[in-house]
Amino acid sequence: MTELTAREPLIFELSKPGRKAGTQFPPAIAGNAEIPAHLRRAAPPALPAVSELQAVRHYTRLSQMNFSIDTHFYPLGSCTMKYNPKACNTYAMLPEFLGLHPLGPEPQGFMACMYELQDMLREITGMQGVSLTPMAGAQGEFAGVAMIRAYHRARNDLQRTEIIVPQAAHGTNPATAAMCGCSVKEIPCDANGDVDIDALKSAVGPCTAAIMLTNPSTLGVFEHKIAEVARIVHEAGGLLYYDGANLNAILGKVRPGDMGFDVIHMNLHKTFSTPHGGGGPGSGAVGVGARLLPFLPIPIVGRDGSRYRWLTERDLPQSIGRLSGFMGNAGVNLRAYIYMRLLGREGMVRVAEFAALNANYLLKRLQAAGYEAAYPKRRASHEFIITLKRENRETHVTAMDVAKRLLDYGFHAPTTYFPLLVPECLLIEPTETEAKEDLDRFCDAMIMIRREMTEDPEKLASAPHTMPVRRLDDVRAAKQLDLAWKPAA
Amino acid sequence: MAFIPHTGDDIAAMLDVIGVREIGDLFDEIPVELRAGALALPPAMGEMEVGRLLTERAAIDGRPLNFIGAGAYEHHIPAPVWALATRGEFYSAYTPYQAEASQGTLQLIYEYQSMMCALTGMEVSNASLYDGASALAEACLMAVRANRASNSRRILLPRAVNPTYGQVARTIAGNQDVIFDTVDFDRASGRTLLESLESRGGEDITALVVQQPNFFGCLEEVDELTDWAHRRKILLIAVVNPVSLALLTPPGQWGGAVDGTRGADIVCGEGQPLGVPLSAGGPYFGFMATRMQYVRQMPGRIVGRTVDTEGRPGFSLTLQAREQHIRRSKATSNICTNQGLMVTAATIYMSLLGAEGLARVAQSSLQRTADLVAALSRIAGVKAAFSAPRFHEAVLLLDRPVAPVLAALARRGILGGLDLADLYPELGNALLVCATETKLGADIDAYAGALAEIMNAARAAA
Repeated sequence: MTELTAREPLIFELSKPGRKAGTQFPPAIAGNAEIPAHLRRAAPPALPAVSELQAVRHYTRLSQMNFSIDTHFYPLGSCTMKYNPKACNTYAMLPEFLGLHPLGPEPQGFMACMYELQDMLREITGMQGVSLTPMAGAQGEFAGVAMIRAYHRARNDLQRTEIIVPQAAHGTNPATAAMCGCSVKEIPCDANGDVDIDALKSAVGPCTAAIMLTNPSTLGVFEHKIAEVARIVHEAGGLLYYDGANLNAILGKVRPGDMGFDVIHMNLHKTFSTPHGGGGPGSGAVGVGARLLPFLPIPIVGRDGSRYRWLTERDLPQSIGRLSGFMGNAGVNLRAYIYMRLLGREGMVRVAEFAALNANYLLKRLQAAGYEAAYPKRRASHEFIITLKRENRETHVTAMDVAKRLLDYGFHAPTTYFPLLVPECLLIEPTETEAKEDLDRFCDAMIMIRREMTEDPEKLASAPHTMPVRRLDDVRAAKQLDLAWKPAA
Repeated sequence: MAFIPHTGDDIAAMLDVIGVREIGDLFDEIPVELRAGALALPPAMGEMEVGRLLTERAAIDGRPLNFIGAGAYEHHIPAPVWALATRGEFYSAYTPYQAEASQGTLQLIYEYQSMMCALTGMEVSNASLYDGASALAEACLMAVRANRASNSRRILLPRAVNPTYGQVARTIAGNQDVIFDTVDFDRASGRTLLESLESRGGEDITALVVQQPNFFGCLEEVDELTDWAHRRKILLIAVVNPVSLALLTPPGQWGGAVDGTRGADIVCGEGQPLGVPLSAGGPYFGFMATRMQYVRQMPGRIVGRTVDTEGRPGFSLTLQAREQHIRRSKATSNICTNQGLMVTAATIYMSLLGAEGLARVAQSSLQRTADLVAALSRIAGVKAAFSAPRFHEAVLLLDRPVAPVLAALARRGILGGLDLADLYPELGNALLVCATETKLGADIDAYAGALAEIMNAARAAA
C-alpha cells in the first residue's frame, strides 16, 4: 500500500459538466422516434461526467486498495480462496461465448461444455443428476430444500417441515429453511466436533424433512459417524442435505452420494475456482440422488443422440421450476468447466490431498508456536480452527485484533468468529495452491503477533496501521446511514 | 501438477512436521468403507489443449446477427469495462468483510448504489442481487414484509411482465405462501389493462408489479397504475430497464402524491444492459432500490460511508443485522453474495457513458427499433401488433407460424427475435424483436431483405 492509494475521491467528485468519454457514445442517427412527453424524464440522472482516462485511473486506483488472491495469501476459512487460473477467464470470454443470446437457437458448442460439466460434477459427488441453474451457494441450498419439500409433498407427507441443523451450521442453512417455509431444529455437537448422536435420535420423527450437514463440518473435522447419521435420518423418513461449502477437502477421497446424501449443492466459486469477484457471481450447482431426480430445477442440458437440448418443464413436470431468468450464471459454469478440464482426474484428487497437507502443516506449526487448536485430537481437513480464548483472558487481545494485525503483515485475515460456538476463533483455510514458503511467512507473522500480544498489545488493539483506512465506525455506519452520494442542492 | 506448487522436498518436510508418513494418512479419519475409488473423469489437459478445445466449441456457435431482446440486451461494451473488471484485484477478491483491506470494492459499490439511486429516483439501493428475475422474487417477498397496512400475501402480476420473471417469482416466493394473481393486457395497445384492475377493488392485495417498458416493449401508463395502487395502500413494485431510465421518468417520480408520497416503493430489474455481455444468460445482476423507510426490509448487501478511528472517511458493509450470518432463520433472505464483478463492470460502464452517453444509447436503441419495425412492417404478411408507444422492442404479427421463419433466418445467420407462441398463444403468430444501438442501418436492411425473401418464398410454396 503506497500513499498514492490512501484516499481516492468519489467518481462524482471528479465529474465536470460537459466532460465525456466521447469515443464510447454511439453515433447520433437521424429519425424522429421519441418518448411521449408525459413519460419522459424531466432532468438527467446525476451520473458522473468524466473522461475515459479519468475513469480508468479511478477504478485502477480503487482496485489497488483491495487485497485479492492475485496479490495476497488469503487463508479465509470456509471460503476456499485458491488461485483462479487465468485460462478459465480467457477462454470463457471468447467473443462467441460472450455474444450468445440465451434465447437463441440451442448453442451446441456451449451446451457440450455444460453437458460434460454436469457429468463431471455427478461423478465427483456420486449423485444421479445435476442442475447448473442455481446462481450461488445460497440459491443452490434453496433449490435443495425446495426439492426436499416437493418430494415429501409428492408423497403426501405434508407434515415434514422440520429441518435439523447442527449448531455449527452456516447461517444460510436456517435462513434457507425459513425461505422454504420450514422450521429449524438445532442439535449440538460433541466435544470432538461430531454430531451428538443421542440428540439426533431424539430430534428426528414424523415431522423431519431433512438434516443439513457440511462434511467436513464447519469445525474443520470429518464427521466420523456420517453413516450412522444417514441411517438414523433415513429410517425416520427424512432426507440428507449436503452443504458443499467444504467439498474441496474431499475431492476424489469420498463422495457425498456414497456417504448417503440425497442432495448436495456445490459452490463452484470455491471448489472449482471460479472467481469470487469481490462478492459474486458465484454458482451453486445442485446434485441429487434417485429420489429427487424428478424435482431438479430447470433448465438442464440433455442430449438426444448427437444433439444437445434444454430440458424444461415438459421433460420434468415435477421440477421445482426456474430460479433465474435464463440458465443461471452460465459464464461462471464455463469457467468451472475449463478448470476441471485443466485438472482432470489426476488433478482433482491432488486438490484434496494438498489442501489437507497445507492445512495440517499450518496447524502443527501454529500449535508449535503456542496457538491452541479448537479440536486438538482431530486431524485437520482442508481447514482448522485456532481459539484465542486463553490469550483473550490473559491479554485482552481478541481474534479481531489478530485478524486486523495480519493485514499489516500482508496477509488477508482468516475467518473470525465463525463458527459461532468456538470463542475467539480463527478459521484458517490455506488451500492447495499456496507454496510452503508462503505458509511459513504466515507462521512467522503469527509468531510476531504472538510476541506483540504481551510486548505491545496496543499495537494489536489499534491495528491495522498500514491500510488506506483504520478500523471503521460500524455503529455510526448503521445509525447515520450514508448509502448514496447526493449532488449538492 | 496443475496449480500445486509443492516440490518433493517440500512434501517430505511438511509430512515430517505433521508426523505422518504419507499424504494418504491425512485422510485416516474417513471410514475405509466410504472411500472413493478412482474417478471416471477425463485426463488433465494443458492450457494449450484446453484453449484449442474451447476455441473449437465457440466456433460451432458462431456470431449471428442478433435481434432478440426479451430481457437480455446486446449493447456496445466499452473496452475499459472488462479490462478493469478482470484486474486480479477486483476479480479474485472476496466479499469485503475485512473493510480495511477492501476499500476499493466497497467504495465502488457505494458509487454503484449512488448511480442506481440517481437512475431510479429512489433513496437507497442495495449492492445487487443475482439477476432481474430473482430480484423480482425478492422484491415480492420484501413487499409482503414492508406493507404494514396489509396482512395479505397476494401480489398482482400483470401478464405483460416478463413471463419468466413470474415463473421465478413463483418458484422462490411460492414456498412462503405468496399468491400471484395475473392482470390482463389490452390486445390493441399492449398495455396492462387498468379496467381489469378496477374490477378487483375490494380484495386484499399487498403489491402491484409494473414493468416499464413491459415485456412487449410497450410503455405503460405508469402514473395511473401507481396512483391506483397507492390509493388502496398497495405497494408498487417497478421492474425497469436501467438503460431506458436515461430517457424515461424514473420510478421514484411515478404517479401523483398520494398521502404525501409519490413514486414506486420498490424498484428492481435486470442490470445486464449496463456493460454485461449476453454470455448465454449469465452471470448478470439484479438491482434493487427502495425508499429509506423500507431499507431494513431490503435483502442483500448494502455499503455505507462512515469514518475510521482517525475520522477519515471510509466504507463498510452496513445493516448486516438483516442478513443470514447474523439473523439466521429470521434473515430477510438467505442471500450472501451479490454479483460483485458484474456491479464492477456496470459502475465503470455508467461512469464512461454518463447521463449524456446513456441517453444517446437509449435514444439510438429507440430509433433503431422504430426503423426496424418500419422496415419489417413493409413486408407483406408482417404488421406491428400493438399501438402503444415503445422503447426498444416490439411485437410483430406474421401471417404464418413464426418458428419456421426464425429457423430460415437462423440459417442465414440472423436471429430474428423470440417466438411468442408458447408464452402468449392467444396472440397468434407473434414475434418479439429488438434493436439496440449495435444494429446499424445495413443490419436492419439485411434482416428486412432476408425476411421478405423467406416470407415470399413461403407464400409462393403455399
